[in-house]
Amino acid sequence: MNKVTQPTLTIDGKAVVIEGERNLLELVRKANIDLPTFCYHSELSVYGACRLCLVQVEGRGIQGACSTPPEPGLKVLTTTPKIREIRRIAVELLLANHDQSCPTCPRSANCQLQILAQRLGVKKVRFKSVHQPVPLDESSPSLVRDPNKCVLCGDCVRMCSEIQGIGAIDFTHRGHEVTVQPAFGKNLGDVECVNCGQCASVCPTGALTIKSEVDPVWDLLADSQKTVVVQIAPAVRVGLGECFGLKPGEITTGRIVAALKHLGFNQIYDTSFAADLTVLEEGTEFLERKTHGGKLPMFTSCCPGWVKYAEQYFPELLPNLSTCRSPQAMFGSLLKAILPDQLKVDRKQLKVVAIMPCTAKKFEAQRPEMGVDGDPDVDHVLTTQELAQMIQSAGIMFDTLQPESFDMPFGFYTGAGVIFGNSGGVMEAVLRFAAEKVTGKKLDNVEFQQVRGDSGLREATVTVNGSELKLAVVHGLRNARVVAEQVRAGKSNYDLIEVMACPGGCVGGAGQPVTTSRDARALRTKGLYNADKMLQLHKSQDNVFITECYANFLGEIGGEKAHHLLHTTYQSRRRIADESLPLMHSPGEDKLKVSVCLGTNCFLKGSQEVLNGVLRHAEQNGLEGRLDVRAGFCFEKCETGPSVMIGGEHVQNCTAAKAIEEINSRIENETPAQTADATAAIHGANIGL
Amino acid sequence: MLLSNSQPGCAMTNTEPLSHLARKGHGPSTLAQVRRVIICAGTGCMANGAMKVFEKFKSEIANSGMQVILELRAEATSDEIRLSKSGCQGFCQMGPLVSVVPDGILYTKVRTEDVAEIVQQTLAGGQVVERLLYKDPATRKSSRGIEDNSFYSRQSRLVLHECGFLDPEDIREYMLHGGYQAARKAFVEMSPEEICKTILDSGLRGRGGGGFPTGRKWDAARVQNSAKKYIICNGDEGDPGAFMNRSVMEGNPHSVIEGMMIAARAIGANEMLVYVRAEYPLAVERMRRAVADAEREGILGKNVFGTGLPLKCEVMEGAGAFVCGEETAMIASIEGQRGMPRPKPPFPAQSGLWGKPTIINNVETLAHVSRILNVGPEVFRTIGTKDSPGTKTFALTGHVSNTGLVEVPFGTTLREIVYNIGGGVTDDAGKIWKTGFKAVQIGGPSGGCLTEEHLDLPLAYESLRSVGAMVGSGGLVAMNQGTCMVSIARFFMEFTQRESCGKCVLCREGTRQLLALLDDVIEGRADQNTLNLLEKLGHAVQAGSLCGLGKTAPNPVLSTMRYFRKEYEEHVFEKRCRTGRCKALLSPEINPVKCKGCGLCIKACPTGAITGEKKQPHHINSELCIKCGACATACKIHAIEGI
Repeated sequence: MNKVTQPTLTIDGKAVVIEGERNLLELVRKANIDLPTFCYHSELSVYGACRLCLVQVEGRGIQGACSTPPEPGLKVLTTTPKIREIRRIAVELLLANHDQSCPTCPRSANCQLQILAQRLGVKKVRFKSVHQPVPLDESSPSLVRDPNKCVLCGDCVRMCSEIQGIGAIDFTHRGHEVTVQPAFGKNLGDVECVNCGQCASVCPTGALTIKSEVDPVWDLLADSQKTVVVQIAPAVRVGLGECFGLKPGEITTGRIVAALKHLGFNQIYDTSFAADLTVLEEGTEFLERKTHGGKLPMFTSCCPGWVKYAEQYFPELLPNLSTCRSPQAMFGSLLKAILPDQLKVDRKQLKVVAIMPCTAKKFEAQRPEMGVDGDPDVDHVLTTQELAQMIQSAGIMFDTLQPESFDMPFGFYTGAGVIFGNSGGVMEAVLRFAAEKVTGKKLDNVEFQQVRGDSGLREATVTVNGSELKLAVVHGLRNARVVAEQVRAGKSNYDLIEVMACPGGCVGGAGQPVTTSRDARALRTKGLYNADKMLQLHKSQDNVFITECYANFLGEIGGEKAHHLLHTTYQSRRRIADESLPLMHSPGEDKLKVSVCLGTNCFLKGSQEVLNGVLRHAEQNGLEGRLDVRAGFCFEKCETGPSVMIGGEHVQNCTAAKAIEEINSRIENETPAQTADATAAIHGANIGL
Repeated sequence: MLLSNSQPGCAMTNTEPLSHLARKGHGPSTLAQVRRVIICAGTGCMANGAMKVFEKFKSEIANSGMQVILELRAEATSDEIRLSKSGCQGFCQMGPLVSVVPDGILYTKVRTEDVAEIVQQTLAGGQVVERLLYKDPATRKSSRGIEDNSFYSRQSRLVLHECGFLDPEDIREYMLHGGYQAARKAFVEMSPEEICKTILDSGLRGRGGGGFPTGRKWDAARVQNSAKKYIICNGDEGDPGAFMNRSVMEGNPHSVIEGMMIAARAIGANEMLVYVRAEYPLAVERMRRAVADAEREGILGKNVFGTGLPLKCEVMEGAGAFVCGEETAMIASIEGQRGMPRPKPPFPAQSGLWGKPTIINNVETLAHVSRILNVGPEVFRTIGTKDSPGTKTFALTGHVSNTGLVEVPFGTTLREIVYNIGGGVTDDAGKIWKTGFKAVQIGGPSGGCLTEEHLDLPLAYESLRSVGAMVGSGGLVAMNQGTCMVSIARFFMEFTQRESCGKCVLCREGTRQLLALLDDVIEGRADQNTLNLLEKLGHAVQAGSLCGLGKTAPNPVLSTMRYFRKEYEEHVFEKRCRTGRCKALLSPEINPVKCKGCGLCIKACPTGAITGEKKQPHHINSELCIKCGACATACKIHAIEGI
C-alpha cells in the first residue's frame, strides 16, 4: 500500500521503470529489445545520425531513441511497419554506397552493417550503387583507413576527440562527399594520431582496421634459417578466447602456448616476465627520484600511445616520464642481447614477435631507438585479433586444445606482471615492490584496492613507512591531459601517475577482439585479477628468474647495463616547432627579443600589421641594433591574440601601438648600448666575471 | 524623452535635437515638408547602377542651383531637396527605383541619362516624366506612384514599409520615426514575463519556416536559470531565390536590432549575435554599422536605457552552408565547429550556444517585434488569420510579370499574389500568358507545389501544411505551362542533396538516391518500381531524418508526385515529356510529307545522324541522334517534329 510509485513508461505495451537512464535507447535495451544502432556508444556523446534506433512515441511521432530523454507516461513503440521500412531503407542506402567486397574484408563476420542487413532481412538493395572507389590510407604503422567501407557514423571521430582528446580525424566536405579523414586530407601516418586504435575498436565496419603483420610472420615461421621467439602480453590471455566463442575474461594462457607451439614458434615467452623486470626498474627509479629529489611526479611509460601523446603535447613533461621502456621493448632488447649466446644463433637470424592487445605497440617497435644498428628489438607485433586469425587459418581448434607451458626462463612471471594488463595494474605492481623495498619488511597483503576501479581518473593515497604517497591512475588520454595540465601548471601534488591510453588499460586495447558486449572490458579485468590470485607469487621482486637475470647478465637494478638495455629517451614531437623566423637581427646577444605570432588566428586578428608596425618603428627610430624581431608560428594563445612576446613577456590582444609602447619602455630602462660590438664586449666581460 | 542615458560623454549631442523634435511631436511633419528624392540602394538596384544614379542626382541638383541635402538635419526648410538612399523597395525587377516624395512619384529603371530630365521636369518643373513610370503589363496603364501601382497597392507592407524610405545607414532617421521606443519600453516599463506574454498574445510565429510561436519559445528560455543567455538573429537566408531577410537587414537593420533587444530583455540575455549569410556583404556591412551606431548612441552598451543592464551585439558572417540556417547547426558553426545539426532535445532554449539558453529567431520575426510592442498584440492580430496573424514577405519570382519582394497578410490567396500583385503569368519571353498558370513552388527547396486548385487557398501555416507545402522562409516561384514538374522536383532535390551536411544516413544517402531516381524518370530509364521507390524513400527521409533540412527535402518530389502524377506517368510509361524540356525523352523525326530534301538539316547535324538523297525526304538515325535540336533549328519549313 505504501509502495512509492516508480516513474514508468510503456515500451511496446509493457511498463518499464525509469531508473536514471539517460535516453529511451537505454530503457528499450533494458526491456530486452536490442534496437539496432551504428552511432550510439554509452561512453561517447549522442550523435543521432544512423537513424536506426527510431521509435514511435505517441503524440510526438518518430523520434531517435538515443536522443529522447525518458519521461514518465510516454508510450513507445519500437517496431511499427513504418519504422521497419525506414530502418531497412537506411541499411539499403548504406549498402548502395558501400564497397561490398565483404568476404575479403577484415571485419567480415563481425561487421555491424553485415549483421544488421541480415537482422533486418535486407535481401536485396533496391537502390543503385553510387559507390565511388577511393584509395586506402595505409600510411600508419598501426591502422588502415578504408573510406570505401565507412558508414560515417562518426564513432571514430568522437572516440578520438572525446575520450582521447586528440581529434586526429574529423568529417570533411558536405553532402554525399563527406568523408572522415585527418586535417587537409593528410594521411593518418603523418598527423597526430598516437596509434591507440580506439577508432578501429569502435568502428562498426571495416573502415578502420588493424594493419596486419600476419603474412611476414608466416614467412618467418616458414624460414628454417630463422629462430622465431614470441612474447605474449598479459591482456591477450583474457581476450583471445572471445574469437573462439569463449566468454570475455576467460583465461586461456595454456591454450595460447599450445597454439603458438603448433604454429611453429621456437620459444614462447610471457611479456609478464618483462613486466616484472619493469616493476623493478621503474620502482627503483621512482624511489630514487623520491628520495633524491628527482623530477616528480613520475609518469609511467609502459603505454606507447601515452608516450607519443606526451611527446606531442607535453614535451616539457618528458623529464617526468619514467625512462623505462615498455615491457614489450625491454623484452625485445633483452632477448636479442641474451638469446644469441644462449640459443647459439646469430642476432640477425633471431626474430622476436610480440603478441599484444595494442596497435600502438606496432609503432613503438618501429622506433629507431628500439633496436641495434637498424635491427629492431621486436621484429613484428601481432595483435590479439591477428593471432586469432593465424590460429583460425591453421585450423587449430582452440577451445579444445590441451594447455601447455611457457619456455623457461623467460616464461616465468608473478601476478604483479600479469596485472599490467589492466588500468591500475602497473601502479599496484610498483607499490608491491616499493612498499617492501622502503620498509624492508615482507608485504603480506598485496592487494592495493585503492588503485583498482573503473573510473578514468582515480586518485589514491598510500602510506608506506609512515610517509604518504599520492597516486593517480588515469586511462583515456583526455583524462591524461587533465592530469598533465595540472602537472605543467605546478598544481599537482602527485608522486606517481599511471597512464594508459585505452579505456580500461590494455584489456581494452584496440588489438583485442572487437566486441559489442558492453561488459567485456570489466570481465577481462576480472580475469587478470583472478590470474594474479591463482599464482604463487605476487611480487615482481620474488621472481627468481629475474633475480638470476640481474645476477648473471644485467648487473645492478638501474645499473649501466640495465640502463642501456631497458631504458630509453624521448623526443619532442610538437607539431609546431618553437622555431621562429628572424626578421631583424644583428650580431650580439644583448637584444630585446620581440616575437610576433603569425599563426592563423593571430594573423586574422591583424598580427601582420603589428609586425609591420614594429619593424617600421625600429627602422624609423634606429633601433635595428637593439631589437631581435622574429615572426613566430602559433604560440597557442589564440583566444587572446594577436600575441606578441616582448622580452619573454606575453602581450595579449596586442596592437602595433601597444607593442611599440612596451618596446620603448623596456629600451628606456636599459643602458643604451653604443654599438652591437660594445654590447658583445660588455656581455663577454660579464661572463668573464 | 527618447533615450534615458545616464552615461556621460556618450554621443548625446547627436540625439538631443532629435529627441527634442520627437518630444514636440513635429519631427516627422517637419521632414515631410521637405521634398525628398529617395534612391533604392538594395542589392538588386545597386547591381543595376543605383549608386551611379545617386551620384548623378547629386551633381545635377547642385548644378541646377537647388540646395541638396544629403544628411538628415533636424530643422529643414522647404526649399531644400533632400537626396537619400533607402533600403530595398522590393520591386527589384524594375530597378533602379527612384521615389520623389511627397509628390508620390515612383520612377522605374532609371539610368544616369534620365537624371537630368527628372531634375528639370519633376524637381524644378513639377512635371512627371511619363516614360519612366511603371506600366501595368496587362492593362498598359501607367501608374504615378505606389498608391496606384498594383504591385504595391495590394500589399500590406509592415516590415518592408520603412525599408522603402528610411536611410538604413542613418540611425537618427530610424529614431525619428519612433525607433527604439519599443525597446526602451521593454527595458524600462515591462517585465520579462509581460514581454513574453505580449508576444504570445500577438500570436507571432517564426517566419523562418517552422512557424513555432515566438512567445512560447522566449518563455522557454526565460524560465531557464542561467546567468548567461544568448539571442541569435538568424540571417543565414539560403533558399534559392529568397531574399526577404537580406532586404530587411539591408533596408532597416535597426528594426532587427530593436527586435533582438526586446527578445534579450524578455529572456534575460546580455549577448546578442547576428549570423548573416556571408554572401550578403551589404547586409553584413549595414548590420555592422547599425550595431556600431547603436553603441555610439548608447542604445547598446553597458547600461541600456539607464537600467544598469549591459547588452552587446556582434555581427558574424556565416560559414556558407545552407544547413547553418538550422538552429543547432548554426550554434555549432558559431562555436567554430563544423555546421552540423544535433538531435533535439535539448532545445537551444534549454542548452544552446556554449551550452547556455539561446533563442534563435529569424530576421523577419524579429523585425515584427517592435511593432507589436508599439501597437499592442490586439492591433497586430487584426491583420492575418486567427492562427497565423500578421504579414509575411515572399520573394516572388518565376513566370510572373512583376517579380520582387511582396508583403501580404496571412490569409491572402495565391491568386491575389500571382495575378494582382505579380501582374499575371508570363511566357518564357515575359509576355502575359492568360491561361499559362501551372503551379507555384512555395517555401523553397523545403516547400511544395501548389496548383490551380489552390489558387483560392488562403496562405497560412496550417493551410499550406495540409496540402503538403509550407510557408518556409517565403520563396514563391510561379511556373507556367511550359514547366516540367519532374525537372522542377529534380532542381530542388539537387540543391538539397548538395547542401545536406552529410551527417544522417537518410538525408545524405536518401536525397542522393531520390535524385538518381528522378534522373531515371527524366532520362527514360524509369518503370513502376521507380515511382514506388520514389514515394517510399521520400516518406522515409521525411519521417526519419535528423533535422529540418532532411525532413523537408523530399517535399518538392512528394508534392509534385501528388499533384502532377500524370506528368510523372507520362515520363515513365510513355517516355514523353509534355513540355519537351526532358531532352532524353525527345524522339525527333522528319515528316516525309513536309520534307523537301534540301539538306540543311544534314549540314547542321553534329553527329551525322541524318541521311537522304537530295530532293527526297531525309531520315534521322535515332541511334546516332543526340537530340540536340540543331536540325529543327536549321529546318526552315518545320519538317522536323518531336523536338
